[in-house]
Amino acid sequence: MTKRDYSLLGEDARRAVQTGLAAAEWYHTDIPRKEMKALMAREDGPAIRDTLILFSAMIAFAAGGIVLWPTWWSAPFWLAYGVLYGSAMDSRWHECGHGTAFRTGWMNNLVYQIASFCMIRNPVAWRWSHARHHTDTIIVGRDPEIVAMRPPALFRICLNFIGILDAWNGWARMFLNASGRLDPEEATFIPKSEHPKVVRIARIWVLIYAATMGLAIWTGSILPLMLIGLPRLYGAWHHVLTGVLQHAGLADNVIDHRLNSRTVYMNPVSRFIYWNMNYHVEHHMFPMVPYHRLPALHERIKDDLPRPNRSIWEAYAEVLPILKRQLAYEDYFLKRDLPPTAKPYKEDFHAAALGAAG
Amino acid sequence: MSNWIDACGTEEIEQEDVIRFDHGGRTYAVYRSPDDEYFCTDGLCTHEQVHLAEGLVMDYVIECPKHNGQFDYRTGEAKRAPVCVNLATYPVKVEGGRVLVQVG
Repeated sequence: MTKRDYSLLGEDARRAVQTGLAAAEWYHTDIPRKEMKALMAREDGPAIRDTLILFSAMIAFAAGGIVLWPTWWSAPFWLAYGVLYGSAMDSRWHECGHGTAFRTGWMNNLVYQIASFCMIRNPVAWRWSHARHHTDTIIVGRDPEIVAMRPPALFRICLNFIGILDAWNGWARMFLNASGRLDPEEATFIPKSEHPKVVRIARIWVLIYAATMGLAIWTGSILPLMLIGLPRLYGAWHHVLTGVLQHAGLADNVIDHRLNSRTVYMNPVSRFIYWNMNYHVEHHMFPMVPYHRLPALHERIKDDLPRPNRSIWEAYAEVLPILKRQLAYEDYFLKRDLPPTAKPYKEDFHAAALGAAG
Repeated sequence: MSNWIDACGTEEIEQEDVIRFDHGGRTYAVYRSPDDEYFCTDGLCTHEQVHLAEGLVMDYVIECPKHNGQFDYRTGEAKRAPVCVNLATYPVKVEGGRVLVQVG
């Protein structure tokens, strides 16, 4: 059994570079250029519509929560506000970080900055972190965004359903960056020229949190923190619920997203919160395609992909037994079958990684 | 000074698009702008060596297909992270319906 070292400075990181797994050329389905251009094309309309809905709903739920505070009648409003703050902002951070949500650059940047603050992810540092995730998706020692490691840290994942570790790490990193320093691991993927921007943003955030905390102390109420900060905890559950499914239980150290990513059909509410990232194989294969065209991309290439899971619950029924087995035998994973119409996996290339497929 | 090299016909590139052009062991990207001007840059993104010809041209910007970094293909200027290093550009002229590029 192989012991995995997820440190970006460790043995697996060195091995990935030596073996050519790092920054490799990945499989993608062939799509004629003309069709690809249409799928990649940008427009502002869908994201403006969705952003207006999102922020209007946040204002309405927050207003309801404030008016009914401190009675328990305010709880449903906070739960709804929290999910939009602590989960919908995850997908806005993601899409606007890619720059694909809007055609207009400043709109992407504005929503990206707001969403980064809500998710406590330094917008400069995490842009680079996510770039690495796309270069080296689930390559051990290279990908800084692996959620379900092997053996899976189930307790950590459970804690993150209420945001505890992610928020704590986000705030700790914010203070570290505000002091003018970077974590040694993040320094491996953020160019030196960007370091001052990391520090500047962290310092602005410290001021915002200080003002919020000061207001809470001055008013003798946690209400300001219910609006800013705490929703990252009490509203995180949906983005963890959906995010865990992206790669958990599938292969690592391969260069075919069909082997290490999962597409799951979801209900319309979850798709709005998640901004269609349930089409995750498609997103990784073609990150240029905006979220609102992922369903069309899925229709175009689904004959070359494993069958999607039919619901969140069906996906968890698949994932949980794998994670349980990985607790004892971490090389175990699910190798998903391809339809007869698909180009086969490169079995010889992936022989080492696929050896323990379930 | 290098010679002018025949890269492609003017109609081989759609308006607001890009194609790949390989020459002398190197790879380049040749662009046709929305107003039918032609430009040439290095073909690989300065971030992680991805072929830009598979990316998206929007107005005067080429977006890398892997990480969505952007360059102004007229000047090579890096416009959006994760690209930080500018792209090399090369002179282009059009003669007799052919796009000629001056590459080394």
